[in-house]
Amino acid sequence: MNDRYLPIIGVAGFIALWYLAVVVEIVDPVLLPDPVDAARAVWTGMTGGSLLGDFLRTVERTTYSIVIAAIVAIPLGILLGSSERLYRSVEFVIDFFRSTPASAMFPLFLVIFGVGDETKILVASFGASLVILFNVSYGVMNARKTRILAAKVMGAPRLRVLTDVVLLESLPQTFVGLRNGVSLALVIVIVAEMFIGSVDGLGHQVIDAQMLFEMPEMYAAIFVAGALGYAFNLMFLIIEKRFVHWSGR
Amino acid sequence: MNDARNSAGSVAELAPASAHITIRNLAKRFGEAVVYDGFDFDIQRNRFLSIFGPNGCGKSTLINMIAGLINPDSGEILIDGKNIRDVRFGYVFQNYREALFPWSRSIDNIRYPLKFLDLPRAEQRDRVDRLVEYFGVKIDLNRYPYELSGGQQQLVSIMRALVVEPEVLFLDEPFSALDYEMTLFMRDQLQRVFMKMQMTTVLVSHDLEEAIYLADDILLLSRRPARVADFVTFDLERARHADSLTDPRFVTVKGHCLDVFQREVRKD
Repeated sequence: MNDRYLPIIGVAGFIALWYLAVVVEIVDPVLLPDPVDAARAVWTGMTGGSLLGDFLRTVERTTYSIVIAAIVAIPLGILLGSSERLYRSVEFVIDFFRSTPASAMFPLFLVIFGVGDETKILVASFGASLVILFNVSYGVMNARKTRILAAKVMGAPRLRVLTDVVLLESLPQTFVGLRNGVSLALVIVIVAEMFIGSVDGLGHQVIDAQMLFEMPEMYAAIFVAGALGYAFNLMFLIIEKRFVHWSGR
Repeated sequence: MNDARNSAGSVAELAPASAHITIRNLAKRFGEAVVYDGFDFDIQRNRFLSIFGPNGCGKSTLINMIAGLINPDSGEILIDGKNIRDVRFGYVFQNYREALFPWSRSIDNIRYPLKFLDLPRAEQRDRVDRLVEYFGVKIDLNRYPYELSGGQQQLVSIMRALVVEPEVLFLDEPFSALDYEMTLFMRDQLQRVFMKMQMTTVLVSHDLEEAIYLADDILLLSRRPARVADFVTFDLERARHADSLTDPRFVTVKGHCLDVFQREVRKD
């Protein structure tokens, strides 16, 4: 069997275990519908049901978050990274807020920005931007010294060394930051949709279905959220492969 | 000067008249270690100089100071009376993997330094074409460096250093990361280019055979603080080839250099 198809084994195993759990009733059938019901809920929800709308809202919020985070954090990361002393002087603050659960910032952002979409998007941006900032700065700081020297030796002025070498050198690490950032942004957006006055979004749908005891719909929303997270990651991986072809070589 | 040319193994009188690079009263220390202290030397124009010496004696430091990659603590290095910043030079790093730009195709790597010279497009193209012809390159230069073998990558590095038609070419242990077969091949490539382009060339090598094989002159350095342990001229006609390694003149010079080297290593 081709190695490409190996992941199917895990998926099939997972579904089989689930089915088994339903058949032998390890869990109350009300809490654990069978996989076919869950799949049907995904299908009906995404084709004409309300799940599609929720999905699109979550995509929209997460996209705004990551775009804002990237616009803020990439230039700032380059700036901080290009002077190691500058980075060291703000490193503690960055690490501190990077370690602070972004969800703890919700009340603060709520006070400032109200209960609208801004709060959800900005908290997610805040979390993601610190992750991106940290990675971009390290990418810039860890640019190969030999390569920078080589450019200087060939007569490249300082600014050209930055644009021709340092920026490109930092790209692989920048993509690590973007991938981690988008995962974090999605987590924060989903949590925000659950608890901060939301009327839509996957997070809202999960908690809504749970309260109404619509278990297949709840599982459907969870799986769609999972697929979304996976798709975001995959998207950045594909972009990276395409534009940062030298990464890891 | 003639003395030095004729008899392999004598300390040469420095001849400022044909000196291309003059080093005067050079001093450099790294922390506690005094690498250079009152070091004087002249590098002759359009000759191939190999620098050889004990490990850690400062061979690479010397060419890095000449090339302006490291600043000396004091002293003066002039190239035709000019500062290195005003000189067109090429530099080949030992670690080609980290010196080439992996995001650019090999041909664009070679073209890169031309961006900083004011040359018409046609001339830029001609230079690259000429270089490709010199080397008789059989590799596909549209490939990215990481798609090439180690030897091919170093060949691209050397072409990149040469495309500006440098007044001085520096090579810092350029072949030490290559296997023996590739090293032999690259030596001959380098020799051919040197014969065609005839520019002042400074090679740092930890391989005595290679240092002599390629050299017109060999600078033997002492242990730290580095001094001129000996300056040896090797005037076997070019092109040299595998047989040159067993030529009596080669054997004599190598024996002499080895003696000097061992004497320096054993010194306290």
